[in-house]
Amino acid sequence: MIGGFSFRRFLAVLRKEWIQVRRDPLTLQMIIALPVMQLFLFGFAINTDPKHLPAGLLSVDHSRYERSIVAALQNTGYYEIRTLDSEAEAERGLAQGQLLFVINMPAGFDRAVDRGERPMILMDADATDPAAIGGATAALAALTTALDRDLPASLRSTPAIAPFRFALHPRYNPEQLTVLNIVPGLICVVLTISTMFVTTLSITRETERGTMENLLAMPVRPIEVMLAKVIPYIVIGYGQVMLIMVIAAIVFGLPLRGEISWLWLALGLFIASNLALGITFSTIARNQMQAIQMAQFTLLPSLLLSGFMFPFQGMPRWAQWAGEILPITHALRIVRGVLLKGNGIAEILPELWPIALFTLVVGVIAMRSYRETLD
Amino acid sequence: MNAAINISDLHKSYGRRKVVDGLSLTVPTGEICGFLGANGSGKTTTIRMLCGLVKPDSGGGTCLGLDIMRDAAQIRRQVGYMTQRFSFYEDLTVAENLDFVAAVFERDDRAEAVRDTMDRMGLAERAHQLAGQLSGGWKQRLALAACILHRPKLLLLDEPTAGVDAKARREFWDLLHDLAAEGLTVLVSTHYMDEAARCGRIVYLSDGRIVVQGTPDAVTGGSGLVLFEATGTGLDLAARALRAAAGVESAAVFGTALRIAGIDRAALHAATDATPDLIWQEVPPTLEDVFIHLLGRPA
Ligand SMILES: Nc1ncnc2c1ncn2[C@@H]1O[C@H](COP(=O)(O)OP(=O)(O)OP(=O)(O)O)[C@@H](O)[C@H]1O
Ligand SMILES: [Mg+2]
Repeated sequence: MIGGFSFRRFLAVLRKEWIQVRRDPLTLQMIIALPVMQLFLFGFAINTDPKHLPAGLLSVDHSRYERSIVAALQNTGYYEIRTLDSEAEAERGLAQGQLLFVINMPAGFDRAVDRGERPMILMDADATDPAAIGGATAALAALTTALDRDLPASLRSTPAIAPFRFALHPRYNPEQLTVLNIVPGLICVVLTISTMFVTTLSITRETERGTMENLLAMPVRPIEVMLAKVIPYIVIGYGQVMLIMVIAAIVFGLPLRGEISWLWLALGLFIASNLALGITFSTIARNQMQAIQMAQFTLLPSLLLSGFMFPFQGMPRWAQWAGEILPITHALRIVRGVLLKGNGIAEILPELWPIALFTLVVGVIAMRSYRETLD
Repeated sequence: MNAAINISDLHKSYGRRKVVDGLSLTVPTGEICGFLGANGSGKTTTIRMLCGLVKPDSGGGTCLGLDIMRDAAQIRRQVGYMTQRFSFYEDLTVAENLDFVAAVFERDDRAEAVRDTMDRMGLAERAHQLAGQLSGGWKQRLALAACILHRPKLLLLDEPTAGVDAKARREFWDLLHDLAAEGLTVLVSTHYMDEAARCGRIVYLSDGRIVVQGTPDAVTGGSGLVLFEATGTGLDLAARALRAAAGVESAAVFGTALRIAGIDRAALHAATDATPDLIWQEVPPTLEDVFIHLLGRPA
C-alpha cells in the first residue's frame, strides 16, 4: 500500500468494470459503431466523389462553341446542366442550394475564341462543402480541349495556351477545407465523444442505481475506483483510434506520415484530459441525464471552436482564446500535423503542454469533487 | 464488554430540516437491535452516519470502539452495511458480485470465502445467474451474503426484508440469530412487527429522536395503551362511529373482531358503553398496537 492505494482493490474494481463493459451491449455498440459510423458518415459525405451536381447556365447567345462546352461538361458526369433565365434565378439557386454551380458564358464567346482572345468562363461554385465540388472543379482543367474539334489547328489548345479558360469563383467557404483535414479531426471528435461520454455515464450510473452507496461503504479509495473506471476506456480509446486510422488509410487514402509513436503518446494525454472532464461531470451530476447534458454542453464548443468545423484562423479573437483552452484544439493540430505534414516531437511539444495543463487542473478538480460520503 | 455501538447526541440536518435530532444509542455486543420508526424518521440517515457515509453535524461516538468521525475507513472494514435499496451490480452474476466484494476487502482466500458464503446462504445454485434477474427475496439474500462475506463484527441492515415473502423473512431472521449467536452485533431497521418481536431490543425513532426503547415486552408493557375488543354484528358501522369518539385513538375491524385503543381508560369505557349491543373485553396490546399508537402521536 502506497499512500492508501491498494493495487488489489484497484484490480478488483478493474475486473468488475471490464465485465460490465463486456456485458453492456449498448456501450459495446457505441464503442465500435460510433467511430466507424462517424467516419463513414462524415468521411463519405466529404470524400466521395459526388456526380451529377446541379449546375445552371447563364448565357445570352447560346452559340455553337457554348453547346460543345456544355456537352463536354455533361460528359464528365459531374454536371447536370439546365439553362437559367436570369441572374436573380442563379443567385437564388446558389443560395438555396438548388444549384452548386453557375456557368456564366460571356457574350460574344465564339467570336472571342476565334480571335484568339482566350475568353474566360466564370464558374460560381457553392463551396460550403468543398469536398462535394472537389471532383467537379478538378475536372474543369481537362475541359479546355473541348473545342479542339471545332477549331482550326492554330487555335487548338496546347499545354501552355488554351483557347478559353475557366475562372472558378468559390462562394461561402473560400478556404476550401480538404478531406484530409477533416479525417484526423474526426479521430479527436470520436475520442471525445466516446471517452468523455462513456466515463461520465459509467460513474453516474453507479450513483443512479444506488451501487455508489455500497461502493463508498466498502474500503475502496476514490483513486482506485477512478483509475479502474478510466483504464478500460483508455484501452477502448486507443482501439478506436487504430480503427479510424486503418479505415481512413484504406478507404480514404489518409497518408500515415510523421512520428506515429509520438502521436500515440499525445493522444494518450488527450484521452486523459477527456476522462478527467468526464469524471468531474459525473461527480457534479446527480443522474445520467444531467451528465449527458453537461457532456453535450462541452461537445458543442469542442466542435465549433477547435478548428474542426471552421478554420481556426477565421474565428474572432475571443473565440480563438476559448478554443486554445480546449484540449481538442491542440490535439487536432497534433494529429493533422503528424498525419498530414509528417511532423515530429519538435512540432508536437508546443501543443502538448496546454493539454497537460488542462488535464492536471481538471484532474485535481475531479479528484477533489469525488465524494467519499453521500452528503 | 464494550458496546458495539455507542453514540451520543448525533445531529444531522438537510437544509432546515432536522433529520436526526440529538440521538444517543448504546448497543451491546452480540445484540440484535431493531430500528423502527415512520418513513422519514431518520433510520437510514442514522445508519449511514454509523458507517461514515454521512458526516454528522454534531455529536459523535464509536462503532466497534472506533471513532465514527475519524476512523470511518477502519470501521468500513469491520462493518457489513446493507443498503435499503438493492445496490449490487445487476449485470454481474451472484458469484461475480461476491467475488468483487471479497476482492475489495482484500481477502486472501477469495474463492473459498465466496464459495462458503454462497453455500451458507443457499446461493450456490444461483451462482451464475445475473443479480438483476434474481427475485426480490434472492436479491436480499445476495445482499446479506455480501455483507457477511468479510466476517464483519457489526451488521448494519437497512430494511433487509422489505418486499420479501414470509417464509424467506423467517429464514432470514433465523440466520440473523445464528450470526448473533456467533457474536455479531446487528442493527436492523424494519417496518415489520413480527421482526421487531424477534429483536433483543427495539428502538423507536420519531423525527430523528428516540421515543421508546427496550425489549419488545418492556415496550408493549410500558406503553400505557389500553385495548378493548368486541365481537358481534355491525362492526364496520360501529368502528366508524367510534373513530370519532373522544379518547379513541384507533378503532379497527380485524375479521370478526373490533378493536379500539387509547390511553384514557375512562374515555374508552365511555365509548364502549355507547355501543350496548356489542360485548367488550380488555385485551393486552401487541407491538403493532403500540407502534400504531406511537406513529399516530403528534411529534
Ligand atoms: N441526502 C439527503 N438530502 C436531503 N434530504 C434527505 C437526504 N437524505 C435523507 N433526507 C431526508 O431525511 C429524512 C429522513 O430520511 P431517512 O432516509 O433517514 O428516513 P428513514 O427513517 O430511513 O425512512 P424510510 O422508513 O422511509 O426508509 C427524510 O425526510 C428524507 O427526505
Ligand atoms: Mg430508510
